[in-house]
Amino acid sequence: MSGPSWQMRLFRHPHAKIAAIPMILTTLVVFVGGTAWTVVYSFTNSKLLPRLKFVGFQQYDRLWSNSRWQVSIENLMLYGVFALVFTIAIGFLLAVLLDQKIRFEDTFRTVMLYPFALSFIVTGLVWQWILNPEFGVQSMVRALGWEDFVFNPLYDPDIVMFGLLIAGLWQGTGFVMCIMLAGLRGVDEDIWKAARVDGIPTWKTYLFIVVPMMRPVFITTLVIVASGIIKLYDLVVAQTSGGPGIASQVPAMYVYDYMFTAQNLGQGLAASTMMLLSVLIVLIPWAYLEFGGRKHG
Amino acid sequence: MANVQSLQGPRGTKPRRRFSGRNIMIYGTLLFVSLYYILPLWVMVMTSLKGMPEIRLGNVFGPPVDITFQPWVKAWAEACTGLNCDGLSRGFWNSVQILVPSVILSIAVASVNGYALVNWRFKGSEVFFTILIFGSFIPYQVMLYPIVIILREMGIYGTLWGLVLVHTIFGMPILTLLFRNYFSSIPEELFKAARVDGAGFWGIYFRIMLPMSLPIFVVAVILQVTGIWNDFLFGVVYTKPDLYPMTVQLNNIVNSVQGVKEYNVNMAATILTGLVPLIVYFVSGKLFVRGIAAGAVKG
Repeated sequence: MSGPSWQMRLFRHPHAKIAAIPMILTTLVVFVGGTAWTVVYSFTNSKLLPRLKFVGFQQYDRLWSNSRWQVSIENLMLYGVFALVFTIAIGFLLAVLLDQKIRFEDTFRTVMLYPFALSFIVTGLVWQWILNPEFGVQSMVRALGWEDFVFNPLYDPDIVMFGLLIAGLWQGTGFVMCIMLAGLRGVDEDIWKAARVDGIPTWKTYLFIVVPMMRPVFITTLVIVASGIIKLYDLVVAQTSGGPGIASQVPAMYVYDYMFTAQNLGQGLAASTMMLLSVLIVLIPWAYLEFGGRKHG
Repeated sequence: MANVQSLQGPRGTKPRRRFSGRNIMIYGTLLFVSLYYILPLWVMVMTSLKGMPEIRLGNVFGPPVDITFQPWVKAWAEACTGLNCDGLSRGFWNSVQILVPSVILSIAVASVNGYALVNWRFKGSEVFFTILIFGSFIPYQVMLYPIVIILREMGIYGTLWGLVLVHTIFGMPILTLLFRNYFSSIPEELFKAARVDGAGFWGIYFRIMLPMSLPIFVVAVILQVTGIWNDFLFGVVYTKPDLYPMTVQLNNIVNSVQGVKEYNVNMAATILTGLVPLIVYFVSGKLFVRGIAAGAVKG
């Protein structure tokens, strides 16, 4: 062995290692340890307190036969697909509009981004008020003359998720617009010149040249937005409290209720493990695409 | 010399007519979209300035006929959650008490992490960093209960410091990334020169890295102030009712099932809660954008 012995390596720069202790503890104890703990205990029949009495997949069987969980998953998928498509499409379109060398760009950007500074609680409460059937949009349109106009998403189980979507898009599209705008500004000016010389119309240049070039930006945005959607919680709590009935329940709410109010810990842990699984389904292909091809070190 | 340039003729793109069809389309769309973004803020402010009789007449979008600040006073000092009727002020001060130590501690820890990761690599440091970044994608729900156990073992479950620790832990991935990227842009020669002069780990951190990276500290503060102020889940899970942060108390006030709904008070309470991040946003301007971009676009 030519290098210093392992003892010497371990105790070289002791201050640097002491300083890294919080990070090491966070990664090992909370992120790795906590996740492993949750997965292990999801196979037990823990009720009020965690107990290591294994019951196999029983919690998962109960989870998937629970209609509330089924509704939660359906809601999240519905919300997720629409939120993903609309956030990215609207975010990109707004970025393109702002990229047209317009005046007042800063003003428009400020206006579109400010909701992102607000919490989901504030967002949910404001939209709960605007969509209030007695006083909000519905009553205003009726007052204008359309007497039987109906737009009451927060009290209609069939479209309640779209009521949440309106609020979610309001809060999040500005953020995506900002990332996309940064991506557009990163496209080489020469590409635009070349496209113009070749007489390619602007919209074609965007669609067939710029968008493919911005692939990494789109993928990053996709991952961020998707992992945000899976965590969807505060917005629902504030805007609908999961109602009417169980029509706007989401998985994060199910987890919280079973862990902290229904005192059925095993069930809550099984539900949160399913949430972890859904994140992995998003994350693993992305990590493979990002890091799988090239070796970094 | 100056004349030579002007002899070369006009430069830049051909000026466009101001009212071309294309411009009308662009500005028209942008103005229409802006309406969607502005509307809730407008409705919030207008509703909070109306009396309840005026609200019952309908039209949430109109400005108030009689401006009253009573709802604001009530929201701040009198609104009830459960048995407490001392308004949102309680939640506000709780949030401030949570915010200040959380912001300081999380940034202190993360900046040291970033510094150690760039300048004092040790075996496995990159592995920890990778776990940290992937850990930021794990849904919080997965780690909620294990952290309850950890805090209970430490004896700080349900206290202010428990919540501060939780914010430090969950702020770590993004902030460490932020500082690591920033410190790696500082020339290494500077670090080596200080080493030659005999400066140690903390000496270099406090005398060289800290003074050189004030902008990134400002970005981190913006990120953390808005993030921690807006937190709801951790506040609910890790504190007790008399320590609830403002967001939790706001939700309890507005969504309480008891009593007559006072929409004007609710909206005043909602603005009050949104005010801190809004002020941070409008004051910080471009730095806010930089903060969120730092979180989004990774190297």
